[in-house]
Amino acid sequence: MIAAARRPLVNDASAAQRRTLSWRAGAAIGLAALLLAVFIVAPLGEIVYEAARAGLGRMLATFADRETQAAIALTIGAALIAVAFNAAFGLIAAWTLTKYRFPGKAALQALIDLPLTVSPVVAGLALLLTFGTRSPLGAWFAHHGFPIAFARPGIVVATIFVTFPYVARELIALMSEQGRELEEAAISLGATTWQAFRRVTFPEIRGAFLNGVLLCNARAMGEFGAVAVISGRIRGMTDTVSLQISNLYDGADIVAAFTLAGTLAAVAIGLTFARRARRH
Amino acid sequence: MSARETIPGRPLLLGTTLALVTAVVVIPLAALVFSLHGVSAAAFANAVLAPRALAAFRLTFGAALAASSVDLVAGLFVAWILVRYRFPGRAALDALVDIPFALPPSVTGITLAMLYGVHGAFGGWLEAHGLHVAYTQLGIGVALTFVAFPFVVRTVQEPLSQLPAAYTEAAASLGASEWTTFLRVTLPLLAPALLTALTLALARTLGEYGSVIFIAGNIPSHTEIAPLLIVTRLEEYDYAGAAAIAVVLLGVSFAMLLAINGFQRRMTLARTAL
Repeated sequence: MIAAARRPLVNDASAAQRRTLSWRAGAAIGLAALLLAVFIVAPLGEIVYEAARAGLGRMLATFADRETQAAIALTIGAALIAVAFNAAFGLIAAWTLTKYRFPGKAALQALIDLPLTVSPVVAGLALLLTFGTRSPLGAWFAHHGFPIAFARPGIVVATIFVTFPYVARELIALMSEQGRELEEAAISLGATTWQAFRRVTFPEIRGAFLNGVLLCNARAMGEFGAVAVISGRIRGMTDTVSLQISNLYDGADIVAAFTLAGTLAAVAIGLTFARRARRH
Repeated sequence: MSARETIPGRPLLLGTTLALVTAVVVIPLAALVFSLHGVSAAAFANAVLAPRALAAFRLTFGAALAASSVDLVAGLFVAWILVRYRFPGRAALDALVDIPFALPPSVTGITLAMLYGVHGAFGGWLEAHGLHVAYTQLGIGVALTFVAFPFVVRTVQEPLSQLPAAYTEAAASLGASEWTTFLRVTLPLLAPALLTALTLALARTLGEYGSVIFIAGNIPSHTEIAPLLIVTRLEEYDYAGAAAIAVVLLGVSFAMLLAINGFQRRMTLARTAL
């Protein structure tokens, strides 16, 4: 009886049932498959169809465009800087939140998570008001030859804000389960904090760290709203791949828009599923 | 703080963390709120309560709630199928759930706009049956439903797989039908997870911009969502008007985050969510 009580729902179907599902179960599974086919597979098919309908030559011509090339370079560059920044922050924040005791921990965690629920447009506006030439900080940067808003550094700043929590969250979820006994033992044996992190903690969290970086990168390269607001949309200068997709679509260059969209989608899906495969 | 820290370095690392969070999150959001300093209450009310702004808020909240509710039902159904049955192709279905999460907003936006557009594969058929999707409020709902779907499935999937079979077996042994068991036993047990899923979906859809604007039509007071109105005000150099609407949205996001944290205190967040 007790064994039965602990048995999770997933094993509810007996072995015989599992081999031959009832027609009702079959119908329910079919309905779920149909739902996902219409709702999710069809849009994926649409991307491929719209990109490929005019042939490979037209698809490849997308990448010969100077503005598109500049957008790709900017997207990769901004994502690299933002991911490196947020990876470093994630390690420091996760260590701080899981290895030390201090008051206000929940509030700090909430502040780190905040960018996840803030609308990208609101984030973009907040950064514009912080770094635009109308603000003292923005004016100071511009005066010293380093404008942020309506310039490439603005793209980096917006990407950092939007993807800020991803590495930290992934690490905190794992490290809060691990406790601090091993690190305390290492310290008591004479290790420095850095050595405890490098030799004891990091080998354990390497996988979660990489997963966080993959997700952060996927999000960084696809960001639209925040980047749209702070970039000023200067074509060939501050337009990222996402913004260029929008330019091409609005300019009715459907093949180029969907070729670029398909490329970006393939990279984002690849990064997301690399993380997924590593988790299972 | 009576217990002495056993791992050295707290001042340096806590200080660095606080400095980075302040620089990246606190200062920009504070700059947004303080930009309204000097804006009169009347001007603020005018920006937020103007008919066009009210229409945008009503549409944003209404569409987010409608899309999240649809996702709650569809997501629970798909999660149930994935947890309850083992069948060929199950792994593929499970993987497909993550696609809307992985797709960048601009890609989702133009793809749904084409697919549900008048000349699109779905849009043409629906149009022939009298259902206009692209450039209508329904289109906004479709885009938001797409975007929030993975959040519901992933939030519900884990607790669903942990439900002990004993409860449903007890209900069945007392003569309850499968449907009654689901409604009276399974659903109440899942209530915290469903509430978390609904809040996550709402938080995600309320601020959505890129995946919506292409299919929305963006007609003022009709298919113009609040984030788009912020962009419009900015293009008119009406910074105060933009900031007023943004502060309202920020307040709602903040409330959502507090609600999610509250719901999750006992429920470990599926790590894929968000």
